[in-house]
Amino acid sequence: MHILSAEKMPLTTMGSPLQIRCKTFLSVTFVLPKERDCQEIYTTLQQLSKPVQLEDLYCFDYTASTEEVQKHVGWNFFDLQAEFQRMRVPNDAWSLTLLNKDYELCDTYPRYLFVPAAASTTVLMGSSSFRSKGRLPVLSYLHTNKAAICRCSQPLSGFSARCMEDEQMLNCILKANPNSKFMYVVDTRPKINAMANRAAGKGYENENFYENIKFQFIGIENIHIMRNSLQKLLEACEQKGPTMNNFLSAIEASGWLRHIKAVLDTSNVIVQAVQEGVSVVVHCSDGWDRTAQVCSLASLFLDPFHRTLQGFQALIEREWLAFGHKFVDRCGFLAGDQKEVSPIFTQFLECVWQLTNQYPCTFQFNERFLLALHDHVQSCQFGTFIGNCEKDRLDLRLHERTYSLWGYIANHMNEYMNPLYAAEENTDVLVPNLAPQNIRFWRGMYCRFESGVHPREVMSDMLLALCDHSSSLEDHIRLLTKRIDSLKSKIDSKKKSGETKVEEKIEDCVDNKTSYDKEISEQDEDVFKDEKVNSLVTVEQLASELKSVAVEWKTLRNVRECNCSTPFDHFSRKCHCWRCGEVFCTRCIDKHTALPGHDSQRAVPVCRMCYKELRRTFSIDSA
Amino acid sequence: MEFVELIKTSRVDNVTLHTHIGKPVEVSLCVSSHHLILSARKEGVEELWILHQNIDAVERKPNGMVGGTIVVKCKDFRIIQLDLNSGYEKFVNVANSLEWLSTLDNMTLLYPFFYRPVYNMLEDGWSAFKTESEFSKLLVPGSNEEWRISYVNKNFTICRSYPSAVVVPKNIDDETLIAASKFRHGGRFPVLSYKHEGGSVLLRASQPLAGPGVKRCKEDEKLVNSVLGPGKKGYIVDTRSQSLAQSAKARGGGVEPEAHYPLWKRVQRPIDRQAVYLDSLSKLVDACNDVSCSIDKWMSRLESSSWLSHVKDSLNCACVVAQCIDQEGASVLLHGSEGLDSTLLVTSLCQIILNPDCRTVRGLEALVEREWLQAGHPFSLRHKKSCYSVGGSSVVPGGNKSGVIKGQQACTFLLFLDCVFQIHCQFPCSFEFNTHLLILLFEHSYSSQFGTFLGNCEADRERLELSKKTVSLWSHLNRPEVLPSLMNPMYEPNSKVIWPSVAPMSLILWRELFLRYSSALADGVSTRLKAASENTIHLNVKDKELRSKAAKLRRQLMELEKEAIEIGVLESPTSALLAESADATTGGTEEVAKNNSYP
Repeated sequence: MHILSAEKMPLTTMGSPLQIRCKTFLSVTFVLPKERDCQEIYTTLQQLSKPVQLEDLYCFDYTASTEEVQKHVGWNFFDLQAEFQRMRVPNDAWSLTLLNKDYELCDTYPRYLFVPAAASTTVLMGSSSFRSKGRLPVLSYLHTNKAAICRCSQPLSGFSARCMEDEQMLNCILKANPNSKFMYVVDTRPKINAMANRAAGKGYENENFYENIKFQFIGIENIHIMRNSLQKLLEACEQKGPTMNNFLSAIEASGWLRHIKAVLDTSNVIVQAVQEGVSVVVHCSDGWDRTAQVCSLASLFLDPFHRTLQGFQALIEREWLAFGHKFVDRCGFLAGDQKEVSPIFTQFLECVWQLTNQYPCTFQFNERFLLALHDHVQSCQFGTFIGNCEKDRLDLRLHERTYSLWGYIANHMNEYMNPLYAAEENTDVLVPNLAPQNIRFWRGMYCRFESGVHPREVMSDMLLALCDHSSSLEDHIRLLTKRIDSLKSKIDSKKKSGETKVEEKIEDCVDNKTSYDKEISEQDEDVFKDEKVNSLVTVEQLASELKSVAVEWKTLRNVRECNCSTPFDHFSRKCHCWRCGEVFCTRCIDKHTALPGHDSQRAVPVCRMCYKELRRTFSIDSA
Repeated sequence: MEFVELIKTSRVDNVTLHTHIGKPVEVSLCVSSHHLILSARKEGVEELWILHQNIDAVERKPNGMVGGTIVVKCKDFRIIQLDLNSGYEKFVNVANSLEWLSTLDNMTLLYPFFYRPVYNMLEDGWSAFKTESEFSKLLVPGSNEEWRISYVNKNFTICRSYPSAVVVPKNIDDETLIAASKFRHGGRFPVLSYKHEGGSVLLRASQPLAGPGVKRCKEDEKLVNSVLGPGKKGYIVDTRSQSLAQSAKARGGGVEPEAHYPLWKRVQRPIDRQAVYLDSLSKLVDACNDVSCSIDKWMSRLESSSWLSHVKDSLNCACVVAQCIDQEGASVLLHGSEGLDSTLLVTSLCQIILNPDCRTVRGLEALVEREWLQAGHPFSLRHKKSCYSVGGSSVVPGGNKSGVIKGQQACTFLLFLDCVFQIHCQFPCSFEFNTHLLILLFEHSYSSQFGTFLGNCEADRERLELSKKTVSLWSHLNRPEVLPSLMNPMYEPNSKVIWPSVAPMSLILWRELFLRYSSALADGVSTRLKAASENTIHLNVKDKELRSKAAKLRRQLMELEKEAIEIGVLESPTSALLAESADATTGGTEEVAKNNSYP
């Protein structure tokens, strides 16, 4: 599924080379000794990588291993109505309309639409019929200051057509925000593209017909230009032994960073308008590519919730999945028109990455999360991104037949956490500095498989390991303090009952204890009181408790391969076994269990050896 | 010359100050003998103190009788604009003062000679990195060592730019050195720079004065050839291009005639000459300061500055040399023309790669001291002017006077720091120091209250009696109050050789340095980056505390356990085996505990 293209290269003395390019930007060349084999593999790959029907995609066959999540997990994480509820919609100004509950108004929109309360059914129907693909203006995001972001497709205005209902619709949106006398209509296309569309009976809003709107062209290029730009960017990365200047000029010539900056700039314009209390209506041509990019980014700028792991997924559900970004077409899941393929979602992820560079503590997720998202959008392993719109997904009964990516993510949450995330700092609207100097080339995405070019020591992974380690120790310390406490009280009571031999020694310990007590956080104190009198343990248990928690973890540095001899590359996650502190690959550390040395008894990652050992002691005990 | 003569107007009020961030502010301007001071005279607003030595260019735009605008461009890339409206005379006086004071030739008038620290020094940086102690590992008396310290240059007569003490092969006497020095440009005969753990060594020198007729020098050959043990081979790495080396021959320089150095293989690893660096830097900084241009324009300016190409070439050359030393076990003799710039750049980078000691704070200080200061990189000459006044578009009329020789200004040291920064980025946990230290070194090498970077060589520094009359930067950095701020929280000592990637996508613009006075890092970007590094420190500190606490508690628990067994509160190991069975959960434990203690 990841295969973008397979290409047979000219025959060499070694055999017949077959180059395979992947959507994850991996490019490999196999040399097959026999030409016929090469041809066969080539044909097979061609067929398999581009199935004809959606039902042939991987997600319909994929079954998670038993210990992984259940099939239904993740499908119910997000609910559009709840998402709008979070923005306090419906309210006086905005209401839910069920006009689209059978996808009759617009089949690429979600079932539930939120529109100005003042807009009548006639207005909605009329507006919908005046918009390309019926994508009428609906609420995308409502800010706390009542300024709204609405999205739609281009009006079918041609050179002079008008539609009263559509004009009323926009007026209703304007009126839904009591704080502003005007609003912006942002056309994210370059003016020339919009003009060209007029000839086809489409176009843009005429400021003379719509009351109190300020119309603006922004100039994000179309999907074809983006596709070609990415192609050039990848060529820049694949140059053989480039000089610094070759590389930089190839990046420049690709124009990729210019497009990224255009998307960010546009989002920023919208955000500024919203912050000033002015509502914005956004569209491009059909309103599912550029509009999806800038609307989702604007929400990300404005709403701290969307910068959390959960909130970011909600954002994708809302702006991309519900509002019908054509993932099947844009990612080229099926054999068909390759002209429809375009890295629109990749650009969105990159924009987010650019923001994380400037806001290292504001996003709850890390780069690995963005890469995982990117890969799984392409992989078709999960049903989440199958289909072009909500209706497609419902028709395919994806939630019954396939797994959800969100369920998988929920299970691997700790891999995707940003260790530097500070929730208390994630409160404001983002005001990034979009000077050209701050827009960088994303090596981690486009050169991901170029193993030599990445930092040899990955700070973020080391920090993540550090946080895990701290959390393990905290848990262990809680248990230790408990044990010390109970032993002490035990000895105390024994001492009171006549034992005086070791008095001095005990007093020593008591002194120590008071100093420790101060360090112990208050929340634990209640627990101690309860257990002070009763709990006592055996020597064996103590020993096994101590043994089960590694105080020192092995450093991630210079670990080239896992015990199973899987080599580590830059992006493979290295995991610590919480019991022995050794480093393993993700596959070898799939077991989770509670450690005797932890107070909380939560399940933590351990290696297979340790798992076996823990199980064994457990089974002996319970025998 | 008295300062009074140079400062006709020492104070102007109601000056409008424009900086790279925020709105213009009203300030009072003071010109003191060493600083330009801008003060808003409000509480909570920091004063801006700029050392005259830091001023690279002063541009004036007169505005009739009202006054005019002075643009002050600093060597640390800061640019400020001052609008003076208190009359033409004051405007001219201030501009003149700034120009004169920033181009003083008499070094003893500079700030380090006047600066007195207000703190007690624990250790004198002037004596911290003596050749004797630096090479002490190599020179254990009585051992089978092949190296010795020679004081042949103690009066700086053999080689003006060398220190008084140099490390040379043991079996080469001072007479040979003197003869060899005559065969080398500027007298810089081959000396030891670094000895790797395998025994192979890195030597540096200047070009031999072979000339067009292939002159030879028996003593130089003896010196160089004696370095190689039996069966060993070596490389003579020339940092010049073939053509440059050829053309040097015509002017009396050139290369070692291969026939007379039979075990040495000559290799050319061309990196650009220092003269182009400043021009490159100038273009880069101009591009960095222009935040309003399009992204394409920015990319093409970044490219045409070639700064990152220089970084790549330097790193590449260092890696090649390091590879010869580490992986082939060969020795390397490195030189360019004068042996003052590219040679030192490469030898010092090599050591960062090869020698874990150089990745500590002290190690880096020692490296700078050894390979740059004592090795005679002419800091005063090279750093007299920087990117705003030499090369590039902004040549200032009247700015180029008093001892500025064209082509002698360079920023080789900054290039070295940038290369270290790149390696730091790729191995963020292998360095004891953080990249802030590199920025500090950059700043102090251009203008400072400390005397460390004054003068062009050890001879200069001794003549100026810097160690008596000024404070060393190292004394300052090594103070317990300062040192922690230079530490890298993620440091885990790494005893291995570290091989950086020199692929173009691996090399990045040093944003914290080049953009810090451009508005690209404004809007709180730098604050947020700082917060991130503080978070990092916090996480590390917390983990360290937890670790020691866990260890402590464990010890305590063990003691208690012993004691408990002694007094019979805990049962001895074997009998407790059964009871242990139910303890999978904490709840179980409590029950068991009850059963155990109250039988």
